[in-house]
Amino acid sequence: MNAEDDDAPEGGKGPNVAPATGEAAQAAVAETAVELEVDAKAEPERVLEPEVEPPAAAEAPSRREPPEVIHRHTLVVRLSHWVNALAIFIMVGSGLNIFNAHPSLYWGQKGSELDRPFLAIGAIATPKGPRGATVIGPLHFDTTGVLGLSKVHGVATARGWPSWLTIPGFQDLADARHWHFFFAWVLTINALIYLIWSLFVRHLQRDIWPTVGDLEAIPSSVADHLRLRHPTGEAAKRYNVLQRLAYLGLILLVFLMIATGLTMSPGIDAAAPWLLDVFGGRQSARSIHFFCASLIVAFVIVHLIEVVLAGPINEVRSMITGRYVVRREHA
Amino acid sequence: MTLLTRRAALVSGVATSGLALAGCERIFMADRLNGSPSFQRVLGVAQGWTLASQRLLLSGGAMAREYSLADLSPRFKANGTLHPSGDDYARAADQNFANWRLVVDGMVARPLSLSLAEIRALPARTQITRHDCVEGWSAIGQWTGVPLGLLLRAAGVGAGAKYAVFYCADNLDGEPAKGGEQAPGQYYESLALVDAVHPQTIIAWAMNGRPLDIPHGAPLRLRVERQLGYKHAKYVQRIELTDRLAGINGGKGGYWEDRGYEWYAGI
Repeated sequence: MNAEDDDAPEGGKGPNVAPATGEAAQAAVAETAVELEVDAKAEPERVLEPEVEPPAAAEAPSRREPPEVIHRHTLVVRLSHWVNALAIFIMVGSGLNIFNAHPSLYWGQKGSELDRPFLAIGAIATPKGPRGATVIGPLHFDTTGVLGLSKVHGVATARGWPSWLTIPGFQDLADARHWHFFFAWVLTINALIYLIWSLFVRHLQRDIWPTVGDLEAIPSSVADHLRLRHPTGEAAKRYNVLQRLAYLGLILLVFLMIATGLTMSPGIDAAAPWLLDVFGGRQSARSIHFFCASLIVAFVIVHLIEVVLAGPINEVRSMITGRYVVRREHA
Repeated sequence: MTLLTRRAALVSGVATSGLALAGCERIFMADRLNGSPSFQRVLGVAQGWTLASQRLLLSGGAMAREYSLADLSPRFKANGTLHPSGDDYARAADQNFANWRLVVDGMVARPLSLSLAEIRALPARTQITRHDCVEGWSAIGQWTGVPLGLLLRAAGVGAGAKYAVFYCADNLDGEPAKGGEQAPGQYYESLALVDAVHPQTIIAWAMNGRPLDIPHGAPLRLRVERQLGYKHAKYVQRIELTDRLAGINGGKGGYWEDRGYEWYAGI
């Protein structure tokens, strides 16, 4: 613990919030917002016991009760989290570049421009010049600037997903595949290590699999999340039911990404043709791959918002060092 | 106040996510990394893992799925060269490819030079398979042709031969979907012998019950069903057995391989 105290930034403020030193502007805005919110909530509590986190437990002024610090995430969870974060970031970017080589989705075994896609992104010629268009079933959307037609180095270019979302930024199927397939191995090996370890030490069964009580608490947990209230005290030491369901969902999504990705491989299809039956064909697998990736992106966005709302310094630190300050229960 | 700060927190959360996604180039320098040969070498390591694992999984000679006539694509997309340029090919097409010859040479005991009629007279295999383009689309077609293994056995595979190299009659200058402008070059491809002698690897002369048409590779094209479309060389004139790919054109074993694509295209 002592070694970690040097970097404890909680000095003069409340224990939940750190001053935004050296942070990017975005993070500073986010923290200020959270700080204000937390201050407002913590007001009565603060009057009773001024919270100043001691620099080290041994040196703490005895009359003040120090905030409880727990070791929240194990080393395996922390490492696999960051490997996963990097791999997913790169898989999404390179996946969108690969998607751009044929920005249409089909259902079944087969599908090309000569068949009917249920989703297509492209540039179309109009009397007003080229426009970006996204077609989903019978619906047509003008998505100029983002999908179908977007600027690359200031020049409007026909392109499925825009340059700023893809890896590499320029359109190159060969290079994007190199990124994608390297990090596919990283993602898969990381996922296997995490899963096997989690089952072995019962992290999955104990911390992630929801209990009956958890499931019964779904309505109140949803209400708490909607009011942006985060658990405190003992409740903050365990994952709440929505976290459990979200993390289980992410595990399922990563598994589906790997399985549908493999189904797109003609070599794997020869070795395991049943994959084609499970997913309804190679083009269906490609579409499911895209949907699951979209859900993972949605997970990441909600996840980041929750990190910001729950106190980004404390949350991010707990995923780096494991150290987590438990917020006291409200009076 | 609370509402305002919550909204600010939400907005900043979304903005942070967006920034993280948008910042590929600036934060992670993806494009600069992409241009680094040593980084590309690191990424390339995965190609070896993929090849090794698929070789293991396919060591029993697994077959690609074969479909039924009801599954045929109503229209089968043609890609790459749609009509080879040049007088030689035009003359051959005018003659309905009657004088087209397929040469099998290199590290073989008995070099072959076969006319189209001779090839059609050889035992043929018909298969309805799915063609998977590296771009992402798929089409199902019926192919008839002579198993390549039969041709290679007839020629007698020389000791030490490792690859079959396919030389084609078309020059290709790239496709935008595959990465923008490409230097033009003669199309060629190569396979490891284990894939060349697979029962579904055929030199096809018919598609959907009719002689192969020009956009799909007339008069002869390779079908190698457990790999992606760019391996399926069209307009094949010559098959050379060799022990190395270095020294042939760009040295990577194929037109698209020389332009950055994987040599092993089972993925």
